[in-house]
Formats: sequence, C-alpha cells, structure tokens
Amino acid sequence: MAQAQLPVSGEFPVASGHHPTAWKWYDYFTFNVDHKLIGIQYLVFSFVFYLIGGLMAVVMRTELYTPDADVIDPNLYNALLTNHGTIMIFGWIVPAAIGGFGNFLVPLMIGARDMAFPRLNALAFWMLPPAGLLLVGSFLFGGAQAGWTSYPPLSLITANTAQSMWCLSIILAGTSSILGSVNFIVTMVKMRVPSMSWDKMPLFCWAMMATSILALLSTPVLAIGLILLLFDINFGTSFFKPDAGGNVIIYQHLFWFYSHPAVYLMILPIFGIMSEVIPVHARKPIFGYKAIVGSSMVICFVGLFVWVHHMFTSGTPPWMRMFFTVSTLIVAVPTGVKIFSWTATLWGGKIRYTSAMLFAIGLLIMFVVGGLSGVTLGTAPVDIHMHDTYYVVAHFHYVLFGGSVFGLYAAIYHWFPKMTGRMLHEPLGKVHFLLTLIGANLTFLPMHVLGTQGMPRRVAMYDPQFTQINQICTIGAFILAFSVIPFLVNVIWSWGWGEKASGNPWRALTLEWTTDSPPIIENWHRLPVVTHGPYDYGLNHHQEMPTTPAHS
Amino acid sequence: MKQLPASIWTLTVGILVTLIAVWVGNNSHFFPEQASVQAPLVDNFFNLMLMIATALFLLVAGTIIFFAIQFRQRPGDEGDGVPLEGDFSLEAYWTLIPAVIVIVLGIYSVEVFTEMGGFAAGGGGGNHLLMSHHHHHEMKAQLVSDEMSEPTPEFEAKYGLGGAGKPDVIVTVTGMQYAWIFNYPEGITAGELHIPVNKSVQLNIKAADVIHSFWVPQFRLKQDAIPGQDTELRFTATKVGDYPIVCAELCGGYHGAMRTRVYVHTQEEYDQWLAENLVAQNPDLSKTVAVHTEH
Amino acid sequence: MTTAPTPTELTLPQEAHHDDHEHHDFRMFGLLTFLVSESLMFGALFAVFLIFRSEFPAWPPEDTEVELILPAINTVILVSSSFVIHYGDVAIKKGNVAGLRKWYGITALMGIIFLAGQAYEYATLGYGLTTNVFANCFYIMTGFHGLHVLVGILLILGVMWRSRIPNHYTAEKHVGVEMAEIYWHFVDVIWIILFVLIYVLAFVN
Repeated sequence: MAQAQLPVSGEFPVASGHHPTAWKWYDYFTFNVDHKLIGIQYLVFSFVFYLIGGLMAVVMRTELYTPDADVIDPNLYNALLTNHGTIMIFGWIVPAAIGGFGNFLVPLMIGARDMAFPRLNALAFWMLPPAGLLLVGSFLFGGAQAGWTSYPPLSLITANTAQSMWCLSIILAGTSSILGSVNFIVTMVKMRVPSMSWDKMPLFCWAMMATSILALLSTPVLAIGLILLLFDINFGTSFFKPDAGGNVIIYQHLFWFYSHPAVYLMILPIFGIMSEVIPVHARKPIFGYKAIVGSSMVICFVGLFVWVHHMFTSGTPPWMRMFFTVSTLIVAVPTGVKIFSWTATLWGGKIRYTSAMLFAIGLLIMFVVGGLSGVTLGTAPVDIHMHDTYYVVAHFHYVLFGGSVFGLYAAIYHWFPKMTGRMLHEPLGKVHFLLTLIGANLTFLPMHVLGTQGMPRRVAMYDPQFTQINQICTIGAFILAFSVIPFLVNVIWSWGWGEKASGNPWRALTLEWTTDSPPIIENWHRLPVVTHGPYDYGLNHHQEMPTTPAHS
Repeated sequence: MKQLPASIWTLTVGILVTLIAVWVGNNSHFFPEQASVQAPLVDNFFNLMLMIATALFLLVAGTIIFFAIQFRQRPGDEGDGVPLEGDFSLEAYWTLIPAVIVIVLGIYSVEVFTEMGGFAAGGGGGNHLLMSHHHHHEMKAQLVSDEMSEPTPEFEAKYGLGGAGKPDVIVTVTGMQYAWIFNYPEGITAGELHIPVNKSVQLNIKAADVIHSFWVPQFRLKQDAIPGQDTELRFTATKVGDYPIVCAELCGGYHGAMRTRVYVHTQEEYDQWLAENLVAQNPDLSKTVAVHTEH
Repeated sequence: MTTAPTPTELTLPQEAHHDDHEHHDFRMFGLLTFLVSESLMFGALFAVFLIFRSEFPAWPPEDTEVELILPAINTVILVSSSFVIHYGDVAIKKGNVAGLRKWYGITALMGIIFLAGQAYEYATLGYGLTTNVFANCFYIMTGFHGLHVLVGILLILGVMWRSRIPNHYTAEKHVGVEMAEIYWHFVDVIWIILFVLIYVLAFVN
C-alpha cells in the first residue's frame, strides 16, 4: 500500500506491489519526478557547466599571462568573464548545492518519500537546460560582455542580442530557483516524519530552509531588474537610460538586493554540508546545534540588508555607506559562530581522513581567509580603495572556490556512495584534494596583492608591473584545471566499477543512511522512526536504527 | 603538554600570536606608496584589521590543524569521540567577542570615513553648481565648456568624498570609452591630471557614456563616474610625482587600457604648467599665434 | 487518494497517513509561499516607481497625466469581485456546486470587464510605453498586474471547467477553489496599492 504514502500519488509511474527498484539510464534524460533522480540530474548538469565555466577561466588566465591583450580579442575576453561568473553561479554552485544536494538529500533526511510537489520539482530542473543553452548560444552573437553584474548603460549598448539572451537565461534560472524554494519550504514544514521534531532536523535541512527563504525573498527583485533591463534593450523604455531621465543606480540596487543574498545562497547549503560531513568523519556530535541553526537564520535575515556594500564607490549617500558597513560587519558574527562550532566539533574526535573530511577541513581554513578579507572589504574606507580590484576577486574566490566548491567536493565524496551505491576511490580522492588545494591557493592568494597594488578586475590588459604575480596565478589556474582530471576519472570509473557501498558505509546517523545505497524508488520499504538526534555519536544508542513494523 | 601546565601554553601561544600579528600589521607591504592625505588613514585602518585578522587566522587555523592532528583516528580505534554537544559559555564567548570586535571596527570605520571626507560629500564649498536631471542632455556640450561658470540654482546631493571650504584647485573629470578628460576652469583641457602638491583638489566627476570609475591607487581613492549623476572627490596630494589613474569599473572591451596619469607638481611647476597650457589652448588670451587647440 | 484505510494500513504507524491527509494543505501552503515571492516582485516595481517619483519635479510629468474616472470604476469592479468570489467559496463549503459556478462565473466576467477597461484606457491615454519614464512605469506596472489578472481569470475558468466533473469539488474537498480565490484576492490587493501609487498619488502633491 505504498501508494497511499505518496505525497502526490499517481505521479509515479509505478503501481504498488511491483516497484522497479531503480531507474534506467535513459530515465535520467526524461521529465522524471523522483527527487533523487532530479538531484542527480542537477548535479551532472551543473558539473558539465562547471567544466565549461572552468575552461573559460583557463582561457582568461592564459590571456593574463602577459600584460597585453595578445591571445584573444578583448571583447571576447569580456564575454568570457561575464559568462564565467554567470555560469559558475547560476550553472554550477546554485544548481549543484541547492538543486542537486538539496533535492537528493532533503526528503531522505526528513523521512519523506519525495518532495511536496514532484512535478513542480521536475519543471524547475528542466528550466535550467534552456537557461544554460541560452548562455552558451549567446556566444554566437558575441556573448554578453557587461560582466555578470550587467550594469547599464554598458549592458544597454553592448551586444544587445547576447545581452537579452543573458537576461532571459537568468530569469529562467531565477524562476527555477523560486519554484525550488517553494518546494523545499513546504516539504520541510509539512513532510517530516512525525517523529522528527524541529530540533531533530539535520543541519543541512536547516541550511536549506534558510537558503530557500532567502531565495524566495531576493530572487523576484532581480527578476524585475532584468525585466526592466530587457525592456530598455528591446522595447524602447528608458528606466536605466540617463539621457532620457532614467537612473542607472536603481538597477544596481535591484541587482545587488538579489545578488548579495546570492552569495549566501551559494554558501548556506555548503555550511549545511559541513555540519553533516564533519560530525560523521570526526565521530563527534556537532558542537552547538542550536547556535548553528540560529546563525543560519541570522545570516539569512541580516543578509537581506547588506547589499549596498557593493556600491560604496557608486551613487550612494554617506549614511548608506556607513549603515551597510555596519550591517556587513555583523554578518561576520554568525559566520564566526559556525566556524568555531565546526572547529570545536573536531576537538576530542577520532577523525577519519577520508577525502570528504579533507575537503571539509580544507574548506574551513580557506573560508577563514575569505571571511577575514571580507571583513576588510566590508568597511567603506578600505573598500573605496579595494573595490573592483583583484583583491575582491581574491576574496570571493576564497569564499566561492575555497568555500562552495570545496564543500561541493566534500559532499560528492561523502554522498556518492549513497547516490550510486559505489564507493569513490580514496587515494585518487586525496590526489584530487592536494592538487585542488595547491592550485586554489596558488591562483587566488597572490591576487590579494595584485588588488592592493593597483590592478583593477575585469581587464584583458594590465600594467606590466603586475606581470610576475599574474604568471603565478596563471600557473595556479592550470594546476586547478588539471586537478579536475583525477576527480573525473574517479567518478566515472567508480560509478561503473567502484567498490560496492553498503547502506551506511560511514556509519552515519542521519536518515538517508537508513535505506539502501542507492535508495529504492520512494526511498524506504518502511519509513524510519527517529529515536535519537542526527549527530548523537558516542552517545551510546546509535545501533541499527529501528524502522516501522513491516506491512503488506 | 604534560610537563607544562596548560596556562603556560596558552600564555606562550597568546604572546606569540600577538607578536606575529603586530609585526604583520606593521610591516605589510600590501600597498603602493602613500601620496594623499587619505592614504595613511586607509592604510592604518587596513593594517589594524590585518593585525586582528592575522591573530584570528593564526588562532583558528592553528587550532584546526592542532585538533586535526591531535584527534586523528588511531589505528584500530573504531569508536566514537567524546559526546560533547556544546558549551554555553564557550559559545557565548565566541559570539560576543567577535561582536565586540566588529562593532568597534564599525565605529572606527565611521571615524575614518568622516576624516576622509565621506560625510562632506555634496556639501563642500565651491561645489554648489550641480546638474539637475533636466540637464542631462547638455552633458556633451558641457564636456568641453567650463561647467563651473554656469550658475545653477538647484542644489542636489552629490556622492563621493567632499570637504568644507573652497578648494584650491577644481577640475572637472569626464570618463568616456576609453579615456579620461580633465577640464580646468581656467579653460584648459588635458588628457592627464595635473595638480599642485599639498593643495586641496576638488574633482567633479562625470561620465559621458557608461559607468567608469576614477581610481588612483597611490591616493587610495576611488569614485565611480556615473552617467546622469555627478560625483566628486576632494583630496590633497602629499607627494610630488606621477601616479597611475585607472578605470576600475568595467566599461567595454578596452576597459583595461583606460589608464592615464596624475602629475603632482610643486606649486611653481604647476603654475608654470597652467600658464603654458593656458596660452597654448586659448590663443585669444595672448597675442601669440595659436598653434594648437584641442577643441 | 482518500481511499478508505485498508486493514494493512491500519497497522502502520501514523507516518503513512500523515503524508496522505495533509497532501491538500501542501498546495495551499505552497501557493502562499509563492505569493510571498510574487509580492516582492511587485514590491520591487513599487520601489522603482517611488524612487523615480521622488526624483522628478513633476510626477507624472506634463503631457502624461493619468485619468481617474475609468480606473476608479475599474477599481470598484475589481474590489467587489473579491466579495463575489468569496460567495463561490461559501457555496462550495455547503456542497453547492451550482452556486460555486455562478459566483465564479460572475467573478471571471468582472475580471474580463476590468481587463477590457484597462485596454480601453491604454488605447485612449494618448501616450505609449516609451514616451517617458513615467509612461514606462505606468505600462510595465499595470501591464504586469494585468497579466496576473489574466492568470487569475484562467484559474477561475479552470475551476469552473473542473467543476463539471461530478464530485470533483465537494464541501470537504475544494482546495483548488480556495487557491483560485486566494490568488484573486492577492491580485486585488496588489491593484489597490497600484491604484494608490499611480492614480491617487498623481493628484497629491
């Protein structure tokens, strides 16, 4: 009678009694409504775009090996930097962290058989391939060249067709994100197994809750900004045309009202991943569960009121510059709470150095660097010098690469066995980690100095005095590009021929580990009952988790 | 660990971290030379934050690495760690101490920002002549004319760094793809900025096409040039020399090439430059033959 | 979906039933969550409008003044339709499908009249989308709202279409009906704010 347990019964192509236990490969290319399949669709899609975006970065770094624009046309360079940023955000980190891991894990972690609205879920995913195609296809028209920020008037006068495609692509991705958020919130509020009280909900789910609320509140504002931009480009309006009475600063406010929270959209799920990975591999309860939940919510709330720190050198009055300096600095407090809590979780543990744990600890240290440079940037006086320089590029790559990408890697190493039923090859994972760590620091650490010394960002040509440091960055970028190879080999080989994984290879306590690897369609034969907290390691009662009595 | 009490260890680590942090904060070579009144303010503030950041980084990263080594799984030990779920006073400490630090930094940043002239924007002397929204169309015309001679009754908020009193030198800066144009009220148009040392300079910044950003790294000053909204920078250069002017806001394909220089002269040199260019660019003013104008 | 519990199900702990019985509530909760997001979309438009209003010396500028009579009539129609649609909800709560169809039909008609009025206003206003920034705002805001009215009408018509199926909506089971109603109220509330911003404020200076 499994059908009666379906959130929306009749949506599944299966009748009770004779389930297929797994999907066929071709199901992954269809409008399938299983949250696990959709999660994997998101992950594979986004990884492909990660490779595309990474290739763009490699071309840009090659150009920057010399001070002159001698490898590619500067307009193409701008198209690459615009699409590198856009793809890494909207094509990789957001869909991988929220769409991929969010979809795969949230129902499993709360003991649900699927998301609240499975069809909506599939719809949200299938908005992304067209969005991605629009971005890639825009290169036929020169590619959008106004940066991922697309500030008018530059975006109004440069590569109009490509810029319009870019806007449509982001609007599609944004709509997908809003629909996804609705789904996550409803799922977590309404579909937890009754035995899971709020304070037993895994921290990844809490992080997804904060993420979803933030996406829900901020994305529509960006959508409006882009719709107005589209009208300005194509239909003769003049919202952002100063010579016709428009105001270019309004766009910046609309853009950053979304795009600063977007930074938290990209890091909050990663924080959630950290809170899952660290306790499992350190064999320790998470330190300060409630503080971590609270800090996610504080980041979500305060994160809505910091956007003007991207506009300290723009058209902003002094009071705004000061107000947003202070609000920005406040974000450091809840973020610090998380960092300290994870550090304290390590204390007294019995740390297993799996690849997942290595990436998690690497993230911890990289993120501290990014966080501290973020504090310096958050203050208006220093930002007046640093804004739009390589110091900013260094900062956000420490946060987004050292943070988000490391976190995604940790998550892949941690949950790959659950998703595929196969273990990843650990030694290869360690090689991957080492190369990534070296590559990332070699690429991004010197950029701090470039910025403070006077090199602006988004340039295809630069003052020859910066040549040496740029060459170090370029070599780092090549190492970083190379580091993907062991990972790809590992994933492809392990998916097909890796060591079989048991249902719970890490002996973890969250609910996704109470079912098979990979989980059967509809997740459990019998729904699990929560008898202990998600991180009760060493607390004596983490034997086999009981499930509800057999039926049928 | 066993021979020495923990307090000695803590003390040693504390002293060491403090020493390193103070040294880093005072010996950072992050910045180019300081050539404006504002530069040391920015640097000192940054170095203070760098000192705190270094200390925090050493403590946090050190703790992480120490724990990572100390609490590694020993061979054959398949058990779990200490079932510690939290510690209220510890959590209170690491919430409150950072909170105090950021609040102090926040207050201090207001102080620094005020000293830099952040709160004087739009209120400075010699600066009441501002475009209103209806004058946008005249932008191009004003580009070559002397804007300061056009009295406009309307007062409007202006963004940037300002200052009280009448500045010694006023220059209108216009950013366009991909050049900076400097207009002097005396009637000079130049492709580089020339200013006297130790004199207050007022830049009225405009943009002719897209957003640009006027940045002199050695001055630690940056302000966007925004189409349709005037901005300003008020500063005093403190060192004779020439420094790069860089466009810091993506403005098109050759954004990276939108660079020129600022020449900080002694007063005599500046006067001389002014006189020479006045003659060269305004043949009417003298009886000499006009050789060349940029108009 | 609401099949009578079989003996095997009765032996289950409450999880299974939990999923099943709250299924209908999900959609309403989902809609409300979505509307929060939608209202921020309009919120952003309102903010843009107000910023421009504060910047321009005359808002609306000369030659792009707005009318008041027709929009006021339109407002009355739309606001009263919110009451009309509620009668439909009241009817279905009593199991009265015919009443539901009557009231929802009238609501849809009022919505169509509203859109027609809007179209007439566009046609007779004398300025177009690109005339100036005020006109930009005017057409984008009313147009975006009009699009929502259209969606609302389609939802109502969808409810009426489905109500042909016997027992599709009953006194106990009519979430679809309520969702259409909530959406309609939302569109209505947005219009009231929009009306105040565009039309009423145009005469307050």
